[in-house]
Amino acid sequence: MLPFDFEYYKPETLQEAVELYQYLDQQGKQPMFFSGGTELITLGRIDLAYTEAVIDIKDIAECKVMQVSGDHLLIGSTLTLTQIEEANLFPLLTKTASQVADHSARGKITLGGNICARIFYREAVLPFLLADSQVVIAGTDGGKVVAIHDVFQGELKLKRGEILVQTATESRFIRAPFFSFKRRQQWETGYPLITVAALKIDQEVRVAVSGLCPFPFRSKEVETALNKSGQSAVARVDGALAVLPKPILNDVEGSAEYRLFVLRNLLVDVLAALDGVRIR
Amino acid sequence: MQSHTITLNINEEIHIVAVKAADTLLYTIRGKLGLTGAKPGCLNGDCGACTVNVDGWPMKSCLMLTVEAVGKKVTTIEGLRETPIQQAFVENFAFQCGYCTPGFIMNCHSLIQQHPDADDQTIKEWLESNICRCTSYIEIEKAVKSVLNKK
Ligand SMILES: Cc1cc2nc3c(=O)[nH]c(=O)nc-3n(C[C@H](O)[C@H](O)[C@H](O)COP(=O)(O)OP(=O)(O)OC[C@H]3O[C@@H](n4cnc5c(N)ncnc54)[C@H](O)[C@@H]3O)c2cc1C
Ligand code: FES
Ligand code: FES
Repeated sequence: MLPFDFEYYKPETLQEAVELYQYLDQQGKQPMFFSGGTELITLGRIDLAYTEAVIDIKDIAECKVMQVSGDHLLIGSTLTLTQIEEANLFPLLTKTASQVADHSARGKITLGGNICARIFYREAVLPFLLADSQVVIAGTDGGKVVAIHDVFQGELKLKRGEILVQTATESRFIRAPFFSFKRRQQWETGYPLITVAALKIDQEVRVAVSGLCPFPFRSKEVETALNKSGQSAVARVDGALAVLPKPILNDVEGSAEYRLFVLRNLLVDVLAALDGVRIR
Repeated sequence: MQSHTITLNINEEIHIVAVKAADTLLYTIRGKLGLTGAKPGCLNGDCGACTVNVDGWPMKSCLMLTVEAVGKKVTTIEGLRETPIQQAFVENFAFQCGYCTPGFIMNCHSLIQQHPDADDQTIKEWLESNICRCTSYIEIEKAVKSVLNKK
């Protein structure tokens, strides 16, 4: 139960949604886009989120697409993680998404909602960072297509009132060998201690990580170290650990030291799976 | 705040209800429609006690606004009549206090419909969404497998 009420709008076009946001914002209603809506429903209940006007974007056609267009796979932002898993058009995304929350909740949580979430794990973004995907964004100046790396730095840097519409991913990344593993503090559902997603393309291993820092990331420095030729796998992993972004989380899920220990093992697993190295 | 008069399809019956936009589906079906089978637990999407089916898929009704259910087919435990999974829960003693049971049955019911040939991995993945404080897990597993194997 939410301790406050709000107006509810369900526009059918992007333009309508963008204009509604502007209008409601000018009226001081702190409008909020609503996809799966689990952020407002769960954080609103404990007074950590508030709005006077909800704009439900699930009826907008462009946000619901899941199709191959030319050499790209388009995935709409309001598709639920379950819909994406069942279609299984992007196996690395299927695997990574299937580790978020639990099966029933994934029937509500959407791709766009997870990527734009305030809760910072945002695990579903990892495959798109690895695949140099593009994102389609709608705003007052119409739509634009941008590289995810230009707009995702820890979080998706949307301007006020902008909507994430779709992701577009080149098919060669979709077919690339991959690895995705989520290590939790305990049990088999819940937030990650560390989630690592990786893929191999053009003879190089790429990795993206959630749960290590208070933001998900992919790091050029880490990848350069991991791909260094002529070094043992252990030395490459050590090199990667030396150039991690900061700060390392140190919380009830796990200490910074323990997280680094878990990451070390996961990076070794990545090299074993994708580079064929044998260490253990 | 304004109330919305909406039409809901629940258990193959049409209900016209006045709700606030902020009302969750769980709140409406229990408080307004008297369908108290779906149970409030954590109200945070974690426990599964509130699970219903929406268009044939399991849904934690505490994570859904009532207004989002417009145009969808909602099934609650009251809408299941003598299904094999209900019988299997009885035969396998798949509960103690029974608080989690409606949620578990609705999740199992969806699983059987969507994946009649579910393997152990799929069963585990789906049922992880529900928690049983009385730890009837072994019996629940037997119950769901007894129905899946018969198919
Ligand atoms: C039971 C449960 C377990 C969870 N476990 C995990 C987990 O293991 N890992 C993890 O990463 N997360 C987890 N989460 C967090 C969850 O993924 C986020 O809360 C996410 O916001 C949910 O997606 P949603 O579709 O419900 O988002 P919404 O609540 O609809 O949106 C989230 C935020 O993004 C904005 N937004 C949504 N869509 C768009 C869009 N297309 N364009 C612009 N802005 C948009 C909204 O305005 C809102 O601020 C869990 C949540 C729950 C309820
Ligand atoms: S009450 Fe809905 S999941 Fe616990
Ligand atoms: S039977 Fe008591 S909680 Fe499951």
